[in-house]
Amino acid sequence: MSSIGTGYDLSASQFSPDGRVFQVEYAQKAIENSGTAVALLGKDGVVFAVEKLVTSKLYEPGANRRLFSVDRHIGMGISGLLADARQIVETARTEASNYRGEYGGDAPLRYVTDRVAMYMHAYTLYSAVRPFGCSVILGTYNVPEKKPEMYMIDPSGVYLGYLGCAVGKAKQAAKTEMEKLQLSDMTCKQLLKEAAKIIYIVHDEVKDKSFELELSWIGEHTNGRHERITGEVFTEAEAYAKAALDEESDSEIDES
Amino acid sequence: MANAQGPSFERFSTSIPTMPSAAALGPMKRTQTPVSTGTSVLGLRYDGGIVLAADTLASYGSLLRYRDCTRLHKVNDNTVIACMGDYADFQYLLSIIEQKAITEDCMDDGFNITARSLHSWLTRVLYNKRCKFDPLWTTFLVAGSDMDDDGQKTEFLGYVDKLGTAYKDGIIATGYGSMLATPLMREAVEAKTKDGGQLTEQDAINVINDCMKILYYRDARAHFRYEIAVIPTTGSARIEAPVEVKGDWQVAHLIRGYE
Amino acid sequence: MAMSLMRPGGFSYSELANAGPVQHHFSPYTDNGGSIVAVAGKGFALIASDTRLSTGYSILTRDQPKLYDLNSNTVLGCSGCWCDVLSETRLIEARMKLYKHEHQKEMSPGAVAQMLATILYSRRFFPYYVSNVVAGLDANGQGVVYSYDPVGHCDQNLFHAGGSSGALLQPLLDNQIGLLNMEIKPTEPLTLERAKGIIKDVFISAAERDIYTGDGILLKIITKDGITQESMKLRHD
Repeated sequence: MSSIGTGYDLSASQFSPDGRVFQVEYAQKAIENSGTAVALLGKDGVVFAVEKLVTSKLYEPGANRRLFSVDRHIGMGISGLLADARQIVETARTEASNYRGEYGGDAPLRYVTDRVAMYMHAYTLYSAVRPFGCSVILGTYNVPEKKPEMYMIDPSGVYLGYLGCAVGKAKQAAKTEMEKLQLSDMTCKQLLKEAAKIIYIVHDEVKDKSFELELSWIGEHTNGRHERITGEVFTEAEAYAKAALDEESDSEIDES
Repeated sequence: MANAQGPSFERFSTSIPTMPSAAALGPMKRTQTPVSTGTSVLGLRYDGGIVLAADTLASYGSLLRYRDCTRLHKVNDNTVIACMGDYADFQYLLSIIEQKAITEDCMDDGFNITARSLHSWLTRVLYNKRCKFDPLWTTFLVAGSDMDDDGQKTEFLGYVDKLGTAYKDGIIATGYGSMLATPLMREAVEAKTKDGGQLTEQDAINVINDCMKILYYRDARAHFRYEIAVIPTTGSARIEAPVEVKGDWQVAHLIRGYE
Repeated sequence: MAMSLMRPGGFSYSELANAGPVQHHFSPYTDNGGSIVAVAGKGFALIASDTRLSTGYSILTRDQPKLYDLNSNTVLGCSGCWCDVLSETRLIEARMKLYKHEHQKEMSPGAVAQMLATILYSRRFFPYYVSNVVAGLDANGQGVVYSYDPVGHCDQNLFHAGGSSGALLQPLLDNQIGLLNMEIKPTEPLTLERAKGIIKDVFISAAERDIYTGDGILLKIITKDGITQESMKLRHD
């Protein structure tokens, strides 16, 4: 970032001489201050897990969610500025609704992602606006084709399909954890525990004191509906994650 | 206008092409008739819920145009609506209602629209359309649960028509049903409840089945195949698989004079 | 108000004779019947409606009172085109709340009466097809009754009969309460009990002659102590 302070970072509508748009890069930095969100694509669905950092004990449990339903068949996990992300959720919902109004069916994930990405991209073109300080992961499960799908959109408006995706603070650590798994051979039930485990492993207890785990999934077993995970399934996944974390820290101690 | 002697102001007028007058265009045309229509729907309150019924026919005039159209719709786990009248208008409103339900599901805050709210919403939509002289040619029954003054869950059954006329009652039938089925239902309910008795779910279903049979015999726009929805006050609403009236036309050959 | 001329719910037999395509004409109005009677007295006001809602020869429901408590000392009675009644009363309810929050006090019956006239006149060229009667207690605690035509002409009376039996009952009230054409007039002023008795009697009479009035009545009694209500059964046929 040697070009900072040269004046080319004040507007999204201006390139720097070496061909960069600094405002977009700053937006990407904003995401790196936010809790990690991961999504794993298995053979029968997609699982979302989010590390929601809780900055005050005075917040109600469950407040400021970071996992959303865009439609009954699309889930969205977010990382970055919450207020920015909420607008993206709203945009995605509107797109899914418009598609339904026009064509009478569930919007394809690829279509919604493309529309939302175009929307986010438009905010990287004008001096009067600021890019969105968030990345979003969208996931669905196509029941008749038995096909899970997942995309991630970043503040530049680029979107890519993923098998395993992580955004936020500890995205690197999370990706390393993901690479240890044979994601496409695993079921949602297995992935859920792994996703919870990843969040627990990458959470930095020193820098961020407390966090809340959020989980959701969509797949064959939910009949293609995106469902937030609560109750026993949640407790089980969380217990698995905590147990795995304890084991790991024990072995670390042994090594040293 | 130009005076024969005086100056003619017409010479100074700019030449703006004249619009045809409103009178020349004639009155604006809007929906004046329904097209594909469904006939009567029935609603009956029993102790602990509501039963709704509608046949599966959408007629095109006297033609049995679509014989497998459901006219019942489950909005959420404890709200069901039934529609008589223009099937296209019904589908149009359904698409709006369905999107409302999806939006609510996405909010994921545990709240679902209640039958009473949906009923009220429908009165406003239909009344506003009637005020534009562009009615949605439908009559709706909305069934579900409601809270009474003590915060207890009770049954809800409401009626709304294309004008926005709305009321709630324990016994409602639309169209020919209001002439043929309402008296039967009122009689059955009075007989069951006169000595402090209660109408059970099965009683209500039996009464509705009787009424649907009578309607099939007498209403030329009725169909033998029909659906029943049961909406318990506590628990999940369900739309049962279609059932058929087994007509008994043995006496038909005795009828003379219509050959 | 020539509501009896309008029979959208009904049909003519000649229609049935003309086989062939039927043209439905959309009429935004329907007559759902129902009657309202209100009486003002010294220190009280009474207002009653029947509970039948009809269309044509069908009874939609036997349990639909047509009275709306607007506040602790004003009651509105509406009958006629029911969809207009619903819309009009919702608007009034909202306006009552706006007034209360803006002025930090309840609206007086006189203010309600004027507001209702304005609301009705705002739809002068697409009227609310409704018979309205307002009953309440004025600032001195005396009963007042206001009656309206559908487009907002407001008249203050001591008693009024409106709705489908309006024309039937008004002359009866003129005689019994207005004491018109009475040779020997009572010397005592009208008591609440007597007014209540008259109202119940006139509804029983109306139910005998008017098919749009029946099933039951709801009677609201407005005094300085607030609003209480009574109900009574009418012919159920």
